[in-house]
Order: sequence, then structure tokens, then C-alpha cells
Amino acid sequence: MSINDIKTGERARVKGLLAHGTMRRRMLDIGLVNGAEVECVGQSPMGDPRAYLICGAVIAIRRSDGDNVIIEDI
Amino acid sequence: MGLTAGSTGFAVSEAAFEIHKKNERDRVIAIAGNPNVGKSTLFNNLTGLHQHTGNWPGKTVSSAQGCCSVGEQGYVLVDIPGTYSLMAHSAEEEVARNFICFGGAEAAVVVCDATCLQRSMNLALQVMEICPKTLVCVNLMDEARRRKIKIDLKRLEENLGVPVVGTQARKKRSLGELMGRLEELCASPPPKSPRRLRYTKPIEEAISALEPSVRGHFGGEINPRWLALRLLENDSSLTEEMGGYLSADLTEATERGKNILAEAGITADCLKDRIVSCIMLNAEEVCDGAVESSPESCRCDRFADRIFTSRSLGYPIMLLLLMVVFWITIVGSNYPSGWLSTALFALGDRLRDLLELINAPPWLTGLLTDGVYRVLAWVVSVMLPPMAIFFPLFTLLEDSGYLPRVAYNLDKPFHKCSACGKQALTMCMGYIILQSLHTLKKCYEFI
Repeated sequence: MSINDIKTGERARVKGLLAHGTMRRRMLDIGLVNGAEVECVGQSPMGDPRAYLICGAVIAIRRSDGDNVIIEDI
Repeated sequence: MGLTAGSTGFAVSEAAFEIHKKNERDRVIAIAGNPNVGKSTLFNNLTGLHQHTGNWPGKTVSSAQGCCSVGEQGYVLVDIPGTYSLMAHSAEEEVARNFICFGGAEAAVVVCDATCLQRSMNLALQVMEICPKTLVCVNLMDEARRRKIKIDLKRLEENLGVPVVGTQARKKRSLGELMGRLEELCASPPPKSPRRLRYTKPIEEAISALEPSVRGHFGGEINPRWLALRLLENDSSLTEEMGGYLSADLTEATERGKNILAEAGITADCLKDRIVSCIMLNAEEVCDGAVESSPESCRCDRFADRIFTSRSLGYPIMLLLLMVVFWITIVGSNYPSGWLSTALFALGDRLRDLLELINAPPWLTGLLTDGVYRVLAWVVSVMLPPMAIFFPLFTLLEDSGYLPRVAYNLDKPFHKCSACGKQALTMCMGYIILQSLHTLKKCYEFI
């Protein structure tokens, strides 16, 4: 299950990252580490990118990048 | 100050460690922090310098330095690039890490974002690992208060074991306490029990296996636990920085440590991830009990967000707002443009009178008044007013937080063109400049 699969208002826990290189680093930097909780807080009018609450900050993630963030239910 | 040859490229790495002290007794202080937490604003207000600040990450390309003094004591403040961690992933992170490690700074100030403290704590904990005298400065306290986030600075100080100061970088008054605590920290021995990062069991075991050898090889100047971890990570950039030479004893100990990790199923690849996760967990523990946010304020923000980015209202509101801004700029700038051109042309006539008075040859009079001066007057009177109206309006939108929503709304169509939503903002600026140029072109036809 990837981060794209949770609906607005739902929460989940990060299980792992499939991204590599710069994108992986960036994801770790913003707080997408194993065990971190994320909440989907909305999506842009065209449905992509979506906004997530991570570590107290709202961050937009494109669906193509979100595919690489694996999550599990809390 | 923009991106000059001196502030980018090779010049950066060479200039990074050069410290210009006014006085031998000056204390060197490193100022670290996440990108976009008001680090440069704090730096400018402390030093009175006007280093360019901007509301986008990575503004500080090279490490700027400035002096300030409190009473007798002088300080050299070094503004190192904003980073999220010191893992030396990128050039900025390497500069930041190397400066804190080997730059000879007496103490480090870590600037944190009060609205997002946990993320900032990541960096703070990492800096504390390598710099015994660290001061944590929780910036943007006013913004946090506005969002109804309560931060217990006392509790945070207890959790961290190093001095913590709350500031509002834009207000110079709040910086007095910061400098006071900094002087206190520099003058006394390092804090006795700063919080140490704790890792999972296999990583801790590997560190303990390495620690004695590291201490023997490098001495106790840099935290041996930290160095041990970097060796386990195969951090070649650090070993190069330290001379590139490792004793046989240390190489053997590193192998032993790696074996311990391998037995626990931690390969070299995933060690970094594990370390980052551990640091995050530590940051969470530090913030536990010190940060209290009320869901109410979030709800208000979220509500506004839902409207500004909703499927039905998102685009109409955006178009309307941008149209209003453009309308005010284009229509509003006509008036000051008229005044400016009247005034400047009147001045031009005086210039012509003056030149005729001193009997200048007609070709020179024509060249200076009809040529150089007239063109300059047109450009100033047409280009200046729209800029002077548009940029403050855009700044207002930026401060209100609406511009990032525009970028968010427009990301998909822009992404389809291989660009990103942020470029919509540059395009808005481009539109205004184009509009002014268009008016200017009409003026030339008029001449």
C-alpha cells in the first residue's frame, strides 16, 4: 500500500521507501522515515499533488513520488 | 547580493573555512539551521549586515560571516548553509558538517522552527553530537503563538541538556537574551549532560566495539561515538577531510563493528536509513511534553486550505486574486507613471536650457537631452511604478501563505510541461515585466 492509497483525513504509518538517490534523501529529510505517522490533508484541484501532514508540517507530494512511499495501517 | 561567481562554485569550498577576526579574542560562532527558518534574518539582525534573505530554501549558498559585539566581547558569526541533517548527503550538508567539525567554532547556535520543532530537533541533536557547546534557538515564536502552538522552553532545555532560547528574528529586541545566553555558554565549561543520541541495540553494540580504537586514533576532540558511526557508514568524505589515514587497529575495529551490524541484518545500505530513523525517534522524545499544539488552530488553517485548493473554487479564486493584483498594478501604475514622466521631462527641459546657456554644440545637446536623458526618463517612468506596486502586493500574498497554494494548485499542468508549480510565480512576475515592456514599446513609437 502506498501513501496515495489513503484518503483525505486518514492517517497511516510509514513502512519503507522505494525511492533512490536525491528523492530518497529528500524524503528522509522531511521526516518520511520508518515508523513516522502521516496524515493526508487534501489534494490539489486536479488531484495531483496531494498534501500530507508530516512531522507537524504540511508537505505536497506528487502521486508519482508517493508511489514510492510504502505505508501500513495504524 | 545575488549569485555571484564568488558565492557559488569552487570559490565556496575554498572560502568556507577562512575566518576574518577583528580581534584575537573574538569568539567564532557557527549558526546552523534548517532551510527557511529565518536563519539569515537572525544573522542580519545580529550583525547589521544586509545579506540577501529570501523566502525560499537554500538562499545561503556560501557561508557568510559577520561580526557583532556585546559589551567588550566580539563575535564572528558564520552563517552556514541551511540543512536538514549533517549526514553529508549534499554539498551544503558537507560544508555545514565540515565547518562545525573542523571550522574552529567555539560554539554553535542551531536555529529551529517553533512551528515545526520536531523536524528542527533532528539537526539540533546532530549538531549537539559534534559540538559540545551548542545553543538551541527556537525562532518564529510569534508565528507559533499565532498558530496556538505552545512551546515549553524550560522543559525543552531539560530534555536537551543545553541552553534553549526563544526568539523572533524579525524583532531585534528578542535577540538580547540570545546573546546573553551565548556569552554564558562560551565562558563556562561545556554543559555536563547534553542529550546523546541513542540508537537501536545492534548499532549501539557496533559503536561500543569501535569507540576505544577511535578514541586512541583521533583523541577525544571530536565525539568518538559520532566518528565511529561515520566509519561504519563508510563516509569517505569525512575520512578524506581527516587526512585519509586510518591505523590498522582502527580498520580492524571497523570490520568488527560491521560484522556486528551484518549479524543483525543491517547492511551498509540500510544503516543510514536506520540512523536517520533513530534520530527522528530521539527528536520525538525530546519534543514530548515540550510542545503542545491545539487542534483548533490547525482546523482553521485546514478550512482555508480546503477552500483555496478545492476542486470547484480553487481555480476561480486563484484567477480572481491574480487578476485583481494585475489590475491594480497595471491600472494603478498609470498615475505615478504620468507624474514621473511630467516631472522628469520638465527636468529635461531645464537640462536643455542649461546646455544652451553654456553654448554647447547642438549635436551634443541633442545627444544628451533627446537621446540619453529622454530614453532614461521614459524607461524609469514606465518601468518603475509597476514594479513598485506589483512586488509589495506579491510579497503580501507570499506572507499570507497564498503563493505556495498557487504553486500547489498549478503543479499538475506545469508538471505536464516538464516544469513545476513554483514556476507559475515566476511567470506572474514575467507577465508584469512584459506588460511594462509593451507600454515602453508604445512610447517609442510615440517618439
